[in-house]
Amino acid sequence: MITKRIIACLDVRGGRVVKGVQFVDLIDAGDPATQAARHAREGADEIVLLDITATHEGRATLLDTVRRTARELFVPFCVGGGIRSADDAAQVFEAGADKVSVNSAALADPMLIDAIGRSFGAQAVVVAIDARRDPQAADPVRDAQVFVQGGRRPAGRRVVEWAREAEQRGAGEILLTSMDSDGMRSGFDCELTAAVSESVGIPVIASGGAGTVDHFVDVFGRGKADAALAASIFHFGVSSARSLKEALAKAGVSVRLPC
Amino acid sequence: MRVTVIDYKAGNLTSVLKALRHLGAEAQVTDGDLAPIEAAERIVLPGVGHFAATERLDATGLTQAIRAAIARGVPFLGICVGMQWLYAGSSEAPDQPGLGHFGESCARFSESTEKVPHVGWNSLDVRPGSRLLAGVEPGEYVYFTHSYKAPVTADTAAVTHYVEPFAAAVERGNVMGVQFHPEKSGATGLKILGNFLKWERTETA
Repeated sequence: MITKRIIACLDVRGGRVVKGVQFVDLIDAGDPATQAARHAREGADEIVLLDITATHEGRATLLDTVRRTARELFVPFCVGGGIRSADDAAQVFEAGADKVSVNSAALADPMLIDAIGRSFGAQAVVVAIDARRDPQAADPVRDAQVFVQGGRRPAGRRVVEWAREAEQRGAGEILLTSMDSDGMRSGFDCELTAAVSESVGIPVIASGGAGTVDHFVDVFGRGKADAALAASIFHFGVSSARSLKEALAKAGVSVRLPC
Repeated sequence: MRVTVIDYKAGNLTSVLKALRHLGAEAQVTDGDLAPIEAAERIVLPGVGHFAATERLDATGLTQAIRAAIARGVPFLGICVGMQWLYAGSSEAPDQPGLGHFGESCARFSESTEKVPHVGWNSLDVRPGSRLLAGVEPGEYVYFTHSYKAPVTADTAAVTHYVEPFAAAVERGNVMGVQFHPEKSGATGLKILGNFLKWERTETA
């Protein structure tokens, strides 16, 4: 039976793991290679590393970080941040990533999704979408808007439409982050996650808002998520992927255990 | 142990090479040079792309070299599309023949309410006698990411259920294939790759 994935996410800046609330107030949370290895050992089904600096100068640092992190990692490893071309993606794959996640660059040039998928396969392309509900709209969920620049600027696209286009262009998965919930530890946006998951035929990874086991139970049930991302819930020893998954199994969610 | 990994430009080999080297193998890559196939003690055909990309194996002469190596008894492991290539073909690229070592063909998952691709960790029902999957216990999970799959037949070494039962692994003598990614399947995957590296010919094989 296919299991629901628990994905450990490392936000990385300048080669260090950081964590903030709604993308601001960043604090240091350790070395990426060490953290990734620990999460894999403690039962994470996959590791995502997001480079939130993503500056041109930071590329060499990022590739070095990816190389170091991938070296002893034998679970799927996805890298995002600053991937603007198929060549950027190729370098990240060469450094040891299995998947790349593209966000604002794909919005600026949707053909980027086709290009990476053609060269590396759809399974290697994750389209990350930063979403906010639109409180002005008649249906704040169906009309939720895509945001760029760390959630500061609206991209002028509806989330559900953009997810569908990404799938048509050859994305293998959608990583959906609720900017309203991110870092708040008050739960995933299950309505929004379900709306996207029901609109596409590819897996949807829910992100933003994890704080308790019940939040994960909710997003796998009501939210129809195929996987869920957790960052802050793990960083400070609050919980390990294994203990989270043991609790999920008790709640009836199918997870990879023992792990 | 000299392992030759075949690059047919259908994706990324880094993870496979890393896992083989982690297990102590001396892994080298060929994208058309036939000498590494002739000298190989093991051959691995990875693949995370489109079935059509296997056309390059025919164009470079690798298909014939692989066929000869298999006939010499060199253990061969196909991963994902590399496993599918061992069959007669795939509906993903109907005009591109596979090796035909196994007579059936691969097809896309049937229409259902489940998502395709099948992405994530799923379990294996290992058939008794599989040498590739020796020591894999019920309830161990491996990582899949694919939209096409091989049918369950007498050569199937493990069955996985998603939409319908399909061949998660195939094995006949020195020719083996896995639909999942052992290089991405944690300790279970490394155990399976280790079995492949330790595989020895027996009288019955």
